[in-house]
Amino acid sequence: MARLTIDDLRKIKEKQSSDFSLRKGGYSAKVTVHMGTCGIAAGARDVMSALTEEVTKAGMDNIIVTTSGCAGLCAREPLATVEIINHPPVRYCDLNGEKMREIFKEHILGGNPVEKYALVRGCETTY
Amino acid sequence: MEKFRKNLVLCAGTGCVAGGSMKVRDALREEIKKKGLEKDINLSLAACSGSCSEGPVLSVYPDEVFYQKLTAEDIPKLVEEHFVNERLYEKLIMREPEEKSSIPAMKDIPFFRYQVLRVLRNKGLIDPEKIEEYIARDGYQAAAKALTEMTQEDIIKVVKDSGLRGRGGAGFPTGLKWEFASKVSSDVKYMLCNGDEGDPGAFMDRSVMEADPHSVIEGMIIGAKAIGAHNGYIYVRAEYPLAVKRLQMAIDMATEMGLLGKDILGTGFDFELEIYLGAGAFVCGEETALMRSIEGKRGMPRPRPPFPAQKGLWDKPSVLNNVETLAQIAPIILNGADWYRTLGTEKSAGTKVFALTGAVNNVGLVEVPMGIPLRTIIYDIGAGMRKGRKFKAVQLGGPSGGCIPEGLLDIPVTYEDIVATGAIIGSGGMVVMDDNTCMVGTAKFFLGFTADESCGKCVPCRVGTRILLDILTDITEGKGREEDMATLEDLGRDIIATSLCGLGQTAPNPVLTTLRYFRDEYESHIRHKWCKAGVCRDLTTFWIDEKLCKACGACLRACPSKAIVGEKKVPHKIIQELCVHCRTCYETCKFSSIKILPAGFEGDPYELLGSEAKGEAKGGNE
Repeated sequence: MARLTIDDLRKIKEKQSSDFSLRKGGYSAKVTVHMGTCGIAAGARDVMSALTEEVTKAGMDNIIVTTSGCAGLCAREPLATVEIINHPPVRYCDLNGEKMREIFKEHILGGNPVEKYALVRGCETTY
Repeated sequence: MEKFRKNLVLCAGTGCVAGGSMKVRDALREEIKKKGLEKDINLSLAACSGSCSEGPVLSVYPDEVFYQKLTAEDIPKLVEEHFVNERLYEKLIMREPEEKSSIPAMKDIPFFRYQVLRVLRNKGLIDPEKIEEYIARDGYQAAAKALTEMTQEDIIKVVKDSGLRGRGGAGFPTGLKWEFASKVSSDVKYMLCNGDEGDPGAFMDRSVMEADPHSVIEGMIIGAKAIGAHNGYIYVRAEYPLAVKRLQMAIDMATEMGLLGKDILGTGFDFELEIYLGAGAFVCGEETALMRSIEGKRGMPRPRPPFPAQKGLWDKPSVLNNVETLAQIAPIILNGADWYRTLGTEKSAGTKVFALTGAVNNVGLVEVPMGIPLRTIIYDIGAGMRKGRKFKAVQLGGPSGGCIPEGLLDIPVTYEDIVATGAIIGSGGMVVMDDNTCMVGTAKFFLGFTADESCGKCVPCRVGTRILLDILTDITEGKGREEDMATLEDLGRDIIATSLCGLGQTAPNPVLTTLRYFRDEYESHIRHKWCKAGVCRDLTTFWIDEKLCKACGACLRACPSKAIVGEKKVPHKIIQELCVHCRTCYETCKFSSIKILPAGFEGDPYELLGSEAKGEAKGGNE
């Protein structure tokens, strides 16, 4: 990759924010599996494999599947966050592969959050 | 409290902030001022209510009106219409303010409501293995600003003015540390990061390195410019494989893209960064020992002065900052010192990350504004005690810290207030303990740790911690003597006064604080051979209160040494000769019928426990 200039930084920022903003990028959903040491120890890899399997099975190419670090509530790992276009993100807790498959069908394909597994909706505070 | 005509609440969730909440806030402030409405209108920031797709969102009370998708450009008209003309600004009104959902919003759950993320600003949002995602969230903008628009003095001034203090434990002002090193002239200087997190129960730094490695690297670039260093090391323990992997990926990517190495961002500034793996010795978290360790020598501290700012790594001027401290730097450079000071107190500005563990319901990684009461962290964010047990103490600062009792839970979490209790904020480990914890045993645990980890260079620490540990062990085994308490205190103070480095200077804290706040437990161990928590095996007699026993057989089945006899409808009994004091029955019984009596107790248990209950009630009223 080429060495960046300050102008490139700005361009990457713009490109990334439109790539990752669901609306502009043409995506319908983004699923983040939180994979810090705590999440992995609690079984986040199983959740991830179940998710990628379902996405492949359904042949969906407009879903972003990604990972991130610790989401903070280690007591309720594995955690995953599901964002559907035009809806607030929903964070699920105490997951396993089976629950993830159910969430995939109900929430990601069906558009209805699975309340029994959901922890919270919205975004965390920063200021 | 001043009464305002209107209260405006602007959403500060990461979604709304990414959508421009802060620009809207600035525009609102400016417009309110312009119209002379400062006394009428109060503007505050709040946790997310779940309308993320409509953000930035502003709520107006008491009108119960909600505006959506705000931009800074909308604000003059909105203020004019709503607050001057008292008409709704129809264009941006949100018709269905809250999405109908039975899933609670962030603002409804105390765990999220009381947190403000600055260090953890990218927590759960970015893929730590993709540098583009960090850049998308303003990553490396602060480094660009520091390298192009700011002099060394400018950077140091902002960091000094922000009031940021070292988050590794000592709380030394970061800007001042940088200033010292910047003033020393030398052809070679080093910018170092301390990721040798060693406190039992602490995982703040690991989480930051795993979740947002670039935030640490960016802080180091800015620090390097401030002090004039062109080389740096991140010292991480080898026991953090995922953190090491992600840091290395981050360094490689940043180097490839010209954000590290020669001529960063085409500014002419060079900074080479490497990881150095530590082997897990606790003392290597001490700055001079850490530097010896990087030099390839045995990690042992040396006396200061000279301080590392003069003579550090390979005797060159060096600055060592903690992971969390460095992760705070980029937003301070971008938003300024005043912004940083909007949270926290005068002397303890900003936010602090804590690893909340132990007997609370919500074990996790939390970031709170400094000055928040301990009680809020434990009972709101932590959601109180697990299994409804009774709170006994909270341990702050790991082996260097102390135990804080219930009576002090309302003190604010600031460097000064916590030090006044005898504990320290430390790096942020916060272990909550319930009434099943023996405080003498807790002190023994930490002393066992420090005695083990003492590097052995200076006598007070090497010999002193061992003697403390021996005395504590005696007390927990029923060999305690009345004069032991005074010896522990005297010796503890001597070790603090005479040890070479921070390890020895703080090692007696767990003993001194438990003696200060839980002296009755020491007395009961020594005088009555009675560990009331039932932890010290030699100081207990387990006994079944026949009046409470429902003869359910649960303890009888659980007992590993078959020491419990009884049958259906016949209250059970423990055969003392067979009992191994393992507590299994105590934890199994659902009716609290198993009581803990002193070792070898032969009197009337009802009398003893009755007078105990009275004494406790009396103590509670005092």
